[in-house]
Amino acid sequence: MFKSNSTDRQLLEGEVRIPSGCAISAAVSRDGRRFNGEGIINSMLPMHDRSNGLGGGFAAYGIYPEYKEFYALHIFFNDSMDRTACEEVLKEGFEIVRAENIPIRKIPEITNVPLIWRYFVAPLASVLARLQIDEKEYVARMVMKINTKIDGAYVFSSGKNMGVFKAVGFPEDVGRFYRLEEYMGYMWTAHGRYPTNTPGWWGGAHPFALLDYSIVHNGEISSYDANRRSIEMFGYKCTLQTDTEVITYIADYLLRKQGLNLKETASVIAAPFWSTIESKPEEEKRKLSFLRTVYPSLLITGPFSIILGFEGGLMALNDRLKLRSMVTAEKDDMVYIASEEAAIRAMEPDIKGIYAPSGGEPVIVKVKDGAY
Amino acid sequence: MLIDASELDFRTLNERIREAKGDCLITGCLGQRFIGAGLSSGLIKIGGIPGNALGAYLNGAEIITEGDAQDAIGDTMNGGRIVVHGSAGDAVGYAMRGGDIYIRDSAGYRAGIHMKEYRDKVPVMVIGGCTGSFLGEYQAGGIIIVLGLNRGAKEIVGNFPCTGMHGGRMFLRCEPEELRLPGQVVTKRATEEDLAGIMPYLEEYCRLFDVELDSILGSGFTMITPDSKNPYKQMYVGN
Repeated sequence: MFKSNSTDRQLLEGEVRIPSGCAISAAVSRDGRRFNGEGIINSMLPMHDRSNGLGGGFAAYGIYPEYKEFYALHIFFNDSMDRTACEEVLKEGFEIVRAENIPIRKIPEITNVPLIWRYFVAPLASVLARLQIDEKEYVARMVMKINTKIDGAYVFSSGKNMGVFKAVGFPEDVGRFYRLEEYMGYMWTAHGRYPTNTPGWWGGAHPFALLDYSIVHNGEISSYDANRRSIEMFGYKCTLQTDTEVITYIADYLLRKQGLNLKETASVIAAPFWSTIESKPEEEKRKLSFLRTVYPSLLITGPFSIILGFEGGLMALNDRLKLRSMVTAEKDDMVYIASEEAAIRAMEPDIKGIYAPSGGEPVIVKVKDGAY
Repeated sequence: MLIDASELDFRTLNERIREAKGDCLITGCLGQRFIGAGLSSGLIKIGGIPGNALGAYLNGAEIITEGDAQDAIGDTMNGGRIVVHGSAGDAVGYAMRGGDIYIRDSAGYRAGIHMKEYRDKVPVMVIGGCTGSFLGEYQAGGIIIVLGLNRGAKEIVGNFPCTGMHGGRMFLRCEPEELRLPGQVVTKRATEEDLAGIMPYLEEYCRLFDVELDSILGSGFTMITPDSKNPYKQMYVGN
């Protein structure tokens, strides 16, 4: 588990609980057209007061086309000793085709900067053959291993042709810090954090990502511990005691391991009330009852609005009571999603027809096949 | 006074409004919160998108937006008027206890929850389109009117309207059979006498948004009130 090594060490997530408001937004081109990070940074400006400067972050999809066959690992290190230890572990299982510092812009708003590296890697075929698992499973296990076994190293992004960029600070500053205007992606998601249960640290900022799944989340999950106990039975380790992490693992489990589709996944984590299910047509009633019965411990209760990003699209979802706000809008090939209409209009002033999805109603956007 | 809000944060913008001590025209608004909070007099016209809690604790002033409004407008409003030429977000008029709110299009979840009244203080909310779930949850007073204009096949209200309602009146422009309501309220088709009581508000909606009154009165209303024989106070204990 990541531990800060400074002498006047602050307590990290999981070591103290502070008794959330947050901001989320997303922009995606259905045509797979790539655009830089300026728009998504601007979307966070009118929502500045939804954050308190203790965390901001972005997920960008389609940004590494020249390395799209390789997993891009973004890792925080306390110091170069941690980096050396982590690289030893990586070399056991991966071919590393490129290792570099993630370029940053030094600005006064972002301080206590750890070492921030990225590695483009491919799992070794011999290792996969010995373990008899597929490469995604191997990468997921290695992420869990590094994040739980190596103090001072934390993998915060591990997908192909995508990357998470996050820090302690306001989101607009985090975007400038990581020079996101220099990246081109077909989809961006963003988060401004107002941590309430845990103190802010770099790893605890959103998005949380595993493989190509990333989550930005506004809210607070009442069912966290039930969800955690359930998901840890399937090999996931919740290292941060922050609720968003567990949503990421639930999404990975239901989509990748259980093979559910997005709509079914939404019906598990934001399951309708039994009284609502009762009013549905027979076939739908059967399906919804089945999902609630099979995955009762993966029902997420309490307020949330989330955007789940993945290779080629996203899903936005509110809790079934819609205890957090979220609106969507479309223009030409673009789809926008945000906690507030003002954020969408900061990206595209000329929007007509803002839509507010109901609680538990997933908004699924898929990029045209082959365009990403 | 003309205020360009495009470079102002919410605190500065609201200071300018208070310093103006009179009517304000705001342009370039983008998400600034608390506009007009607690104001007792004057008129504020807003171009752009005002932020959350527009007109919270409003105490007599009038606010008009030229577009949509976000969440929690008119929170705990005590008097005055808010007119939205577009849609509103969640929790419109939460715990409102006076004044009136007119929304041209739809409202989100939890419109009018905890609305209340006392003697001559009877808040009124008119929503031209549809609303999300929990409309008028725990309503204790006041009048909520939902017109469902241009809704097509869409339901006029989401799930669980009127849960815990124990005062006030609600008028939905639909048939009673369309609604799924809790046991502690009663519904009936609004009579001419019932409608006469809300006619001033319907006329005002039509005047504000340039709608023909006849197009609204073409279909009937369902009136919902608490069931005095099955009051909410006995839901948990019979005190």
